[in-house]
Amino acid sequence: MYFTVAAISIFLLGGLSSLIFGRRHGLCAFFGIGGAVAGAATAAVPAIIVLAGGSVDPISWPWSMPMGSFRLAMDGMSALFMLPVAILSGLAAIYGGAYLRHYRDKMQLGNSWFFFNLLAASMVTLVVARNGLLFLVAWEVMSLASFFLVMMENERADVRQAGWTYLVATHIGTAFLLVMFFLLGRAGNSMDFDAFAAGPMGNVIFLLAIIGFGTKAGFIPLHTWLPEAHPAAPSHVSAVMSGVMIKMGIYGLLRTLTFLPMPAEWWGWVLIGIGVTSGVLGVLLALAQHDLKRLLAYHSVENIGIIALGIGLGIVGLARGNAPLAVLGFAGGLLHVVNHAVFKALLFLGAGAVAHAAGTREIDRLGGLLKKMPQTAATFLIGSAAISALPPLNGFVSEFLIYLGSFQSAASSPADAAIPALIAIAGLALIGGLAAACFAKAFGVVFLGEPRSDCAAQAHEAPAAMRAAMIILAGCCVILGLLSPLAVPLMGPAVASASGLPLNVANQHLADAVSPLLWITFGAATFLALLAGLALLRKRLLAGRPVGQAGTWNCGYAAPTARMQYTASSFAQPLTDIFRIFLRTHKTGRDPQGLFPRNADLQTHTPDVFHDGLFRPAFLGVGWLMARLRWLQHGRLQLYVLYIVLTLLVLLVWKLG
Amino acid sequence: MTQILVNILLPLILAPLLLGVINRTKAVLAGRTGQPLLQLYFDLWKLLHKGAVYSRTTSWVFRAGPMVGLAAILTASAIVPLGETSAPLHFAGDLILLAYLLGLARFFTVIAALDTGSAFEGMGASREVTFSALAEPAFLLGLAALARLTDNLSLTGILGGLTWHTWAASAPELAMAAAAMLIVFLAENARIPVDDPNTHLELTMIHEVMVLDHSGPDFAFILYGSSVKMWVLGAILVQAVLPASSAGYEARLAICLAGMFALAVLVGVIESVMARLRMIRVPQLLVAAIAFSLLAIILVLRRP
Repeated sequence: MYFTVAAISIFLLGGLSSLIFGRRHGLCAFFGIGGAVAGAATAAVPAIIVLAGGSVDPISWPWSMPMGSFRLAMDGMSALFMLPVAILSGLAAIYGGAYLRHYRDKMQLGNSWFFFNLLAASMVTLVVARNGLLFLVAWEVMSLASFFLVMMENERADVRQAGWTYLVATHIGTAFLLVMFFLLGRAGNSMDFDAFAAGPMGNVIFLLAIIGFGTKAGFIPLHTWLPEAHPAAPSHVSAVMSGVMIKMGIYGLLRTLTFLPMPAEWWGWVLIGIGVTSGVLGVLLALAQHDLKRLLAYHSVENIGIIALGIGLGIVGLARGNAPLAVLGFAGGLLHVVNHAVFKALLFLGAGAVAHAAGTREIDRLGGLLKKMPQTAATFLIGSAAISALPPLNGFVSEFLIYLGSFQSAASSPADAAIPALIAIAGLALIGGLAAACFAKAFGVVFLGEPRSDCAAQAHEAPAAMRAAMIILAGCCVILGLLSPLAVPLMGPAVASASGLPLNVANQHLADAVSPLLWITFGAATFLALLAGLALLRKRLLAGRPVGQAGTWNCGYAAPTARMQYTASSFAQPLTDIFRIFLRTHKTGRDPQGLFPRNADLQTHTPDVFHDGLFRPAFLGVGWLMARLRWLQHGRLQLYVLYIVLTLLVLLVWKLG
Repeated sequence: MTQILVNILLPLILAPLLLGVINRTKAVLAGRTGQPLLQLYFDLWKLLHKGAVYSRTTSWVFRAGPMVGLAAILTASAIVPLGETSAPLHFAGDLILLAYLLGLARFFTVIAALDTGSAFEGMGASREVTFSALAEPAFLLGLAALARLTDNLSLTGILGGLTWHTWAASAPELAMAAAAMLIVFLAENARIPVDDPNTHLELTMIHEVMVLDHSGPDFAFILYGSSVKMWVLGAILVQAVLPASSAGYEARLAICLAGMFALAVLVGVIESVMARLRMIRVPQLLVAAIAFSLLAIILVLRRP
């Protein structure tokens, strides 16, 4: 564990030095990036040791806080979450160095690097903390550090709005967590995780965890801060927030499950319900977006849904004593945590490179960027295919595990146990098709065709540091996809500690899944060989034959313009129309009139139904209530002193009496 | 070994013939002589010997699309058994790989279409992703019903496990699943009533309009890929409907091939007797397919 303590110290030192040297650009970036990269490398070491089957000694130091001690330990689950935290923090820092360059004359980047390193340090602490107070402190530091990062461009009103939404949402979540940890700690009179006992409150604690951690993870309808905060933050921060920070909610939920006795089956049903709802609505809302980063943020909701689906199936499996389903569900969910971290970070970094190059994130103003930024485009394509769960990339592997568990259960379990599995199959199939549609749109409209505006036409390739981070992540997508038969068995300890099943049971059922995964890799190899063969064939066929260039065939129309291309909105329109009952897209505009129409226009806007329909009225109500109490607050100091005296008096009487 | 070779090669050789049979059926029903049965083979041969013309707007994605599509479909064809033997690729959950390999082919066809920057191709791409997003749940749920009927997780096991006894004991379930599969088959292969392969108006096309700009060997890859895809989905449908028998391998193979061409005749008849649905009605048809799959599943779940 000393590696982890060292990593946390390196992050903090790097961040502080960066803050101190904030006025000197070079030193500031050096300490900020250096601290993050060195800290990340150090933090990864114990995680790799544990995942490889080793173990690290836990730490237990006395500290001056009440109830328990300063405890750090790492089990399989901590290691599985630690590795993406470390990798993404390091890569995002490298990317951020180049990304922030054009901000450096406008603002003090010391703050930004300080909070970035603080965020990394808090996440590293969070996954190894074994004491409730320490966990909560790390949780709060994580929330605040990310809040300040979101607020980096706080001179813009939309950024401030996003920041406040995020701050409120995260603290509502934390309020539920405070109650939950209090309930857990009360029985054993200690905040150490080892001493936690749920007692008869298991169900209450589970629901508190769903709300508290679900707010951070982005379960629908608690997701409303995500599409605000992710686009507002600088892209390397969005990558870390979406890639790993929201996964801390999943980690917290899984960790809480280990404190509780045998889960009830309805817990699994709740998570499956949340998973399918978040998955389908997340991807539908993503389809209707015009802002590239907002679209990606909704896809985080979708993927968190897939993760919840896996965990829900795992819980149903546990409750029914169906060990293969339990192992495959948890393994699929956990692997999707890692996979989503990789490809979502890649996509956010790609979106950042696009915004950096073209100066806009409006999908309908972009186009043709592949020719201007070929490497960014290629990595974005790999990320798009991976997030659409297309073989042979990594997204397919984790969804395959969830599918495999579901199909096993659907084929052989008793009827009532087969129903959740069938819901999962239907949900995953629909999510898969819609996600592919959405990323065909995102990649196709942004990178292909002709530029739709001057800013897209003048775009340029991203700097080398930014490209390097994206290429490494794209490589991870391919490697995790092709080497899944090697990677999945390593998850035994993580699955065992998340599900509470014995390690040998987890390992055994994971080993059963290796045979299909080997076949999939074989299939992928066949596909790649065929692809190479066809490429060779095409090259030989075209050699020496006339290969001409012409304009795109427009059915006889000779003067096409870039504005005639299909836009993202028109591409998604059939789907958003079919599902309009969930989306409530507003359309305004004027219809074309006459034989030679001139002034027709159309605007579509898809609001977040939960934001506008649920939270806005709720907060307006709270605001109204608070306004009723305003008579207490006159702004007169004497009265406030009187309040204090009265309170003290009441407390004194209460204590004496 | 020979069986595996036959399983790999026979679909690759015979797939273009399906289209010939469909067109011949349509011609006969319309009182025409029709094109030769082997017309698609001639077309492929001709296209493979041509040069190519590329739009100035396009990039490597446009050139990669047909190759990725064909490679993915060819890989998928190795998952489907022929004549109730073991497919070359068979393992627990292979049907998921099949569905997603077809998804990979579709994804690249769609982005290749968007690469041209043409409004027409964008329109086709948009329709393609819309309809396939609805076809996917119907397909996988239908297969889940069959998986439960046979208690098996690979296509080889499922299709080989559906016997006369299954038909005798659970005819409604099988019929529902087969109806869902038939709709998915027609939708995914761009046939009437979802898409009209004979239309000449780009505005009303789905699949065809996406490949307007491809030419030469690229277009040959696309045409060949779609015929193999038709074979792949058709073989699943045919073998799900035709019960497995204990006859010898050659007899089973012959029955299966006869079933494939009977399916082609059926498609020809469907195309002769009905018109394409209005674009706005197609989602309803696909939701009907989902409903058929769900009904099949409910019936299967109710079995003791």
